[in-house]
Amino acid sequence: MNILAYDFMQRALLAALLTGLAAPAVGTYLVQRRLALLGDGIGHVAVTGVALGLLTGQAPVLTAIVVATLGAILIEVIRARARTSGDVALALLFYGGIAGGVLLAELEGGTARLHEYLFGSIATASPADVWATVGLAIVVVSVAVGMSPQFFAVCQDEDFAAVQGLNVRLYSVAMSVLAAVTITIAMRTVGLLLVSALMVVPVATAQQIARGFRLTLATAMAVGTLAAVGGVTTSFYADVAPGATIVLLALAVFVATWPIGAAIRYRRRLVEPFEEPDAIAVRTEHQAAESHPHEHDEYCQHPAVVHGDHVDYVHDGHRHAPHGDHYDEH
Amino acid sequence: MTPSLEVTDGAVAIGGRPILRGIDFSARGGEVVALLGSNGSGKSTLIRACMGRLPLTRGEIRLFGVPLARFHDWRRVGYVPQRTTAASGVPATVWEVVASGRLARRRWLTPLRRDDRTAIAHAIETVGLLHRRNDEVSTLSGGQQQRVLIARALAGQPELFVLDEPTAGVDLHSQHALSDTLREIIARGATVVLVAHELGPLESLIDRTVVVRDGRIAYDGPPQPGDGMAAFHSHAHPGEGEPPDRQPLGEGGPL
Repeated sequence: MNILAYDFMQRALLAALLTGLAAPAVGTYLVQRRLALLGDGIGHVAVTGVALGLLTGQAPVLTAIVVATLGAILIEVIRARARTSGDVALALLFYGGIAGGVLLAELEGGTARLHEYLFGSIATASPADVWATVGLAIVVVSVAVGMSPQFFAVCQDEDFAAVQGLNVRLYSVAMSVLAAVTITIAMRTVGLLLVSALMVVPVATAQQIARGFRLTLATAMAVGTLAAVGGVTTSFYADVAPGATIVLLALAVFVATWPIGAAIRYRRRLVEPFEEPDAIAVRTEHQAAESHPHEHDEYCQHPAVVHGDHVDYVHDGHRHAPHGDHYDEH
Repeated sequence: MTPSLEVTDGAVAIGGRPILRGIDFSARGGEVVALLGSNGSGKSTLIRACMGRLPLTRGEIRLFGVPLARFHDWRRVGYVPQRTTAASGVPATVWEVVASGRLARRRWLTPLRRDDRTAIAHAIETVGLLHRRNDEVSTLSGGQQQRVLIARALAGQPELFVLDEPTAGVDLHSQHALSDTLREIIARGATVVLVAHELGPLESLIDRTVVVRDGRIAYDGPPQPGDGMAAFHSHAHPGEGEPPDRQPLGEGGPL
């Protein structure tokens, strides 16, 4: 059977492709701010949003976006104002979100329909759902990539970014809102409980092999797309839940790149065992060494070290460089 | 001439607790001022307030004659915050970190122009890390990371440099590299305000020292011999005739 022969699978693959691009793009900034679990926090809050939609007969995607965005802003406010560390703020919302969602779903008549949103159920997504996903994902990816110099600076060093004239709080809230939107569009694909994995695991994978921020961002988006599209395809043929398949596939890629990352780190250690010598050579003032009983040459048994354009001789823990009739300390 | 940085009757409180009070402080154009003081004296708090990162409870701060609340010309200011590392959750290269120093001069959604790239390369070269520009900052030594942060401020080509403890925890070789870099900045006519615990090799560059003690300015004038060395050594040497007003070792210990 051909996966592309079904309309709903075509839509599912398109949604997976864009989700796979968007989630790691936002996730990279969350990891950079050491808020890797923010996605989980917002995902849990979105559960309340979905349940609210089911209860009131509104589209769950709509109510989820509204509630998740409010939750994301609330997390930022708690972080900025309440002198509570980020992880405590997240924990508060975790529990509130899940408890609220389950309670509202029970009022509606049971948690069965909530399951579609908790673990993903891509095949039941309507065309309208998919087009909303596509539109929002394009917005998220454009903002996350287009504004990357600004987001990078804010995540790297808030104090410095503020003195560059950036409105740090506004950018922080914008990042949280991007995360909220991403989570809502990903909930039909991977589900609210697993969506954070698609934001974080590809970034962790990219960190193994990529050097530098921009390369990490691009690699994470590639890994996310691979996992999302591969996961949906696998779940179609193997008839298993797409969300779990996508996450396990992403984790498998992480495990596969681990040895490569370990090898890269090992080689870097060998290449750079010590501080660069030019940092030492900065001390340029002339400093003559103590008087000397012998001349340094290749027979004097003091270890010779090539230092720029000349040779130093290691001498009782410091270095002597020949200079005319005496030796300089280097 | 308008001072580059001016604080008038400044007071700062953190969490309701007064940290600074009655601060009158200024740095004229081209001047090199060192803010000295022991741990907890409030010198870093003063700098953070000057950069708009902490609100004043009274008084006023002016940057280039403009009150802080209305100051938007941030390209004129280069700030090196107090950091032990330049690394964050995602590895970034030296070049990427330094490039973020151009943001005050860049528009949204536009790529780097040629003068941006020149300034970034020159800033990295000035701190002597050109050969490491594509390495991750986390692989650099503490002193080299501090130089990356200075290059980041340098990349914006500011007129006022504000450095918060650039020498804290930095090995002697990097301190020498740092003083060479500062010498170049000063030669370009920039104003430099630096917070230090110990001046070390920077001592010869300083025009004026301001000593902060217990949230007040205790001294403002030409550098005294030994400033930033023994005089502000934060531990007492018993039996060496220490004056009674010297504070014993604070909780943070000497850096």
